[in-house]
Amino acid sequence: MLTLEHFLTLSAIMFALGVIGVLTRRNAIIVFMSVELMLNSANLAFVAFATKLGDPIGQVFVFFVMAIAAAEAAVGLAIMIAVFRNKKTVNIDEINILKW
Amino acid sequence: MAIELIYLTVALPLAGFLVNGLLGSRIKNEKAIGAIGAGVVGLSFVIVVMAFFETLGKPVAERTSVVELYSWLAAGDIGVSIAYQVDQLSLVMAMVVTGVGFLIHVYSIGYMHGDKAFWRFFAYLNLFIFAMMNLILADNFVLMFLGWEGVGLCSYLLIGFWYDKKFEKSTTSEAAKKAFVVNRIGDFGFLLGMFLILTTFGSLNFGEVFAGVAAAENVPPLTFELIAIFLFIGATGKSAQIPLYVWLPDAMAGPTPVSALIHAATMVTAGVYMVARTSIIYVNAPTALMVVAVVGLATAFFAATIGLVQNDIKKVLAYSTVSQLGYMFLALGSGAFVAGVFHVMTHAFFKALLFLGAGSVIHGMHEEQDIQKYGGLKKYMPRTYITFLIASLAISGIPPLAGFFSKDEILWYSFMNRGEIFWIVGAVTALLTAFYMFRLLSLTFYGKPRFDEAHTKPHESPYVMTVPLMILAVLSIVGGWIGIPEIFSGEHGNLFHSWLAPVFAEANLAHGAHPSHTTEILLMAISVAGAAGAAYLGYRMYSSSKKQPGELKGAAGAVHKLLFNKYYVDELYDATAVKPTVWTSRYLLWKFIDVGVIDGFINFLGSLVERLSGVLRKMQTGVAQFYAAIMTLGVAITILWIILSL
Amino acid sequence: MEFTLTDLTHLLPIVIVAASVLVAMTIDMFTKEADKTLGWFTALSLFAAAYVSLFFVDKTGVHLSGVVASGGATNILHFVFTFGAGVVALISMEYAKKTEMRVGEYYVLVLSSVLGMMLIAAAKDLAVIFVGLEQMSISFYALAGIRRKRDKSVEASLKYFLLGAFATGFVVYGMALIYGSSGTMALDTIRYAFPDLVSQPLFVLGLALFVIGFAFKIAAVPFHMWAPDVYQGSPTPVAGLMSTVGKAAAFAALLLIFRPVFDGAENALFPFLAIVATLSMLYGAIVAIAQDDLKRMLAYSSVAHAGYMLIGFASGEATGAAGVIYYLVAYAFMNLGAFGIIAMIESAEETNLKVQDYAGLGTRAPALAALLSLFMFALSGIPPLAGFFGKYYVFIAAVEGGATWLALVGVASSAISVYFYLRVVVVMYFGKSENRMEYSVSNVSLLGVTISAMLVILLGVLPGSIIKLIESFVR
Repeated sequence: MLTLEHFLTLSAIMFALGVIGVLTRRNAIIVFMSVELMLNSANLAFVAFATKLGDPIGQVFVFFVMAIAAAEAAVGLAIMIAVFRNKKTVNIDEINILKW
Repeated sequence: MAIELIYLTVALPLAGFLVNGLLGSRIKNEKAIGAIGAGVVGLSFVIVVMAFFETLGKPVAERTSVVELYSWLAAGDIGVSIAYQVDQLSLVMAMVVTGVGFLIHVYSIGYMHGDKAFWRFFAYLNLFIFAMMNLILADNFVLMFLGWEGVGLCSYLLIGFWYDKKFEKSTTSEAAKKAFVVNRIGDFGFLLGMFLILTTFGSLNFGEVFAGVAAAENVPPLTFELIAIFLFIGATGKSAQIPLYVWLPDAMAGPTPVSALIHAATMVTAGVYMVARTSIIYVNAPTALMVVAVVGLATAFFAATIGLVQNDIKKVLAYSTVSQLGYMFLALGSGAFVAGVFHVMTHAFFKALLFLGAGSVIHGMHEEQDIQKYGGLKKYMPRTYITFLIASLAISGIPPLAGFFSKDEILWYSFMNRGEIFWIVGAVTALLTAFYMFRLLSLTFYGKPRFDEAHTKPHESPYVMTVPLMILAVLSIVGGWIGIPEIFSGEHGNLFHSWLAPVFAEANLAHGAHPSHTTEILLMAISVAGAAGAAYLGYRMYSSSKKQPGELKGAAGAVHKLLFNKYYVDELYDATAVKPTVWTSRYLLWKFIDVGVIDGFINFLGSLVERLSGVLRKMQTGVAQFYAAIMTLGVAITILWIILSL
Repeated sequence: MEFTLTDLTHLLPIVIVAASVLVAMTIDMFTKEADKTLGWFTALSLFAAAYVSLFFVDKTGVHLSGVVASGGATNILHFVFTFGAGVVALISMEYAKKTEMRVGEYYVLVLSSVLGMMLIAAAKDLAVIFVGLEQMSISFYALAGIRRKRDKSVEASLKYFLLGAFATGFVVYGMALIYGSSGTMALDTIRYAFPDLVSQPLFVLGLALFVIGFAFKIAAVPFHMWAPDVYQGSPTPVAGLMSTVGKAAAFAALLLIFRPVFDGAENALFPFLAIVATLSMLYGAIVAIAQDDLKRMLAYSSVAHAGYMLIGFASGEATGAAGVIYYLVAYAFMNLGAFGIIAMIESAEETNLKVQDYAGLGTRAPALAALLSLFMFALSGIPPLAGFFGKYYVFIAAVEGGATWLALVGVASSAISVYFYLRVVVVMYFGKSENRMEYSVSNVSLLGVTISAMLVILLGVLPGSIIKLIESFVR
């Protein structure tokens, strides 16, 4: 029997994986995918809580998050294209003229 | 209606200041600038007069109204409001300031004609009226202090108005600086007084503090004495009393209308106003009140003796102002608050007139200020002469001119409440006043000209200058009639007294039995006769002689030299206070403590912070992942803390 | 759900801005590049919304099934957002022309970000906060990179996007935990259950993640590191927008979630807030000293200002909340004024941004120098300008809340900050320079800067009445 704890543990692991991905991957696109992983882990938690509480609001909110993540992806990919046109790279450790 | 509009009397001069100050250099047209500058003050005067009549129509108990504009600062229990209090006292002061101020503004249009910074002058004058009205109308100590500092600033700006001009041995800027620094000493006393009031009564609002004073039973008497003394130190600075009077004679470096407005008629009476406003504190502080009386009397006498021998027309008037301010404090110190304010008013009329007349003479004599180089100007400047004569008679206390009534009331109260010695010294001062005024008058207008008539062509001033003189002359004659003492006015009583007295606390100082009317008339007769005699003496000694007033020999010469050098007080202060302070500042405070210790420490701290800054900025590597890592570290620590604190 | 005429009038400020987004898109189709029509349209509709916000300040109520509120503190914040953004629109016109920026998207994005901020301040539900936050943030990501041919601009945009999305992850996860532990997304329900909820670890954890997400948006140490790079790289008016009203919106979200604490509930996050505030004040002020680039210097100083405002939260006093709102208004306009002047001085090639470049400005452009000095004095907290009273109120709240040491740190940090703010003034008036740089002063930009200056003075002259007004709505 799957309990709330199982879902929460899975969600926490996904979140941690997302954070680690953000911290370790060089390519901006993969970093952004890691962020998406974090958002989806939150979605999982929302759905689990909603089931436990018998409350539909949590499930509805997941759609909000997904819609906004899509908008974020659209803007984000456009930004990366702009960066690539200027710098010929999207490796974030090579994008560092702004510092100190 | 007009009472609710009282804030306009503050706002209008401010508007005038902003218009002339910001756009004046572009307007260029002197007439427009002058009209704006004088117009806003004139309008304010109209509003004050309307408010006066409105208040007059009310029953005595309801004559105080507070117009609150907004709360400026609220912190915990202490609130400071921009609120204006309209009552009998503030109305009298406001009428004097705006009324005399308006005349002086008009006069300045003529006097400052052609000055390269005409607009700046009017902007400063308006700013001064703005600050002065805040001082007078404030309903709390903080706003009053704001006005107090504001007038000090304007005084500084206007004394040094001709900043590139020589003044005596140094420059006008030096004189301005002296006024500012000396006033700071007084302001420090005022501030201490305010702090003490705040800690004792928990408020700085007049109404609340005075109610607190009236109800105070467990406040030690010493607290009242200290508050009163601290406030009085502030007053000695602003109102040029011993020991802080030294700045006022130097303030004559400013243009003459400034001397008339700020250093004779209005600003210097701010100290008198402040003591009168806080009368209830002084009534509860008998020792401090005695100090006020003694300082006032001493200043009155001391300054009058210096005035006897000065040769600069404005210097004579400056010492005369110091002396007359001393009279006002003598009145306050004798518990005669009404008489003190009465003298503020009459003095504003005739002293403004004297200064403006002096300005007219200086103007006509092409900036010559030495009375030894005047003489026989009567025929050149008839209008100036007549008005100057009226003012001299008024200040000398010749009935029925304004000065007689106010001065006589002060002398009478000092006799009743402080005793014979005070009366005698006061009456002698009155004689000295009459003498030096007629010396001045005679050397200027009578006798033979002592200037080169071939080269110097004195001329009468234009009407824009002489009409204000005439109005002030009328006021110098009739201004005292509202305060005719009871023994003459019969059942009407003293009108000014019945108007103003409800504002003040009753001082319980009666010195033995109440003297009879006969005594009052006798004393009056003695002082008038003495003044008239002294005036005649002054006239005789200085009007006929063709030659320069001769050198005095022997003891008389030594006294003359002492007086001429103003008792060497400036030199004394220089040697005992200024030089040691400068030396300590320079060698101990600056070179050693400031440069060595403090700067050393600050520089050390500064370089430490700078180095830290240089190191920390390198944390900003420019790599986004590093930023994310720092963030994650913050999150991790937070989560750890939450888990640990469970 | 019903949508009545009352809802429409009460929500008129939001409706105006939302409609303006659509109208602006339409106008863009019919106008040419660098046309000022769109700029004026944006500015005027924002000022109209600002006026309506103040006009309807007493129309309190909840709308749309209770997820959006109107009136009171909400409307004061709406005023800050719309008026501040209106000023940004004014200072943008000349800048857009000078840098040949694409104005179509620009003004639409500005309006859209303002709409997001207004949703945050009006939120009665966590979902609305989230939607508002993302609408604002996504608009900002795009705005930062709007000069897409410039290296710095796109770099700023990318960094902001990646780190901002990362922070959003924390916010959403925090919301999930709050939802799971309280069983609701409605802020009022959370508010009334708050005293019981703070004993639940899951709730405190969720609250902390939520606050961290917004600590990122307000650029508080250690979540601040994006700010200097992004402010420096973004077009100057955008940096002004993000650092002032954008920051105000994030603070609005914090005010909403901390509402129970200001009502008197236990301030469970006090140690966290106190430490973050201390670090922000000191780090921001210290590192700003070493900066030569004015925008970067202002970015670090904005970190310090975020710290001062967090003091108001740490205090847990209702006066602290009012102090924060006052500070937001004050900070918005002094900083906008400064950015406005930088935008005028800056060249299209992003030069003339160093402090040394300002040498001699006092004689060459006395009006600009005087205005910039005013803003620098205000930012450093010299009375009687807006900045002084902002600090004053949050420090007083700290003392009342029993955290005097925080106020002392604030004073120390202010003392340090005087150094780098006044350095600008000193350089302008006493610095010698051969640099005959060009600068573009347009009347419109000057209008925007002058409005800011007047507000900075007004807030210093009338602090009592304004704080009373704010307090009456916070209580």
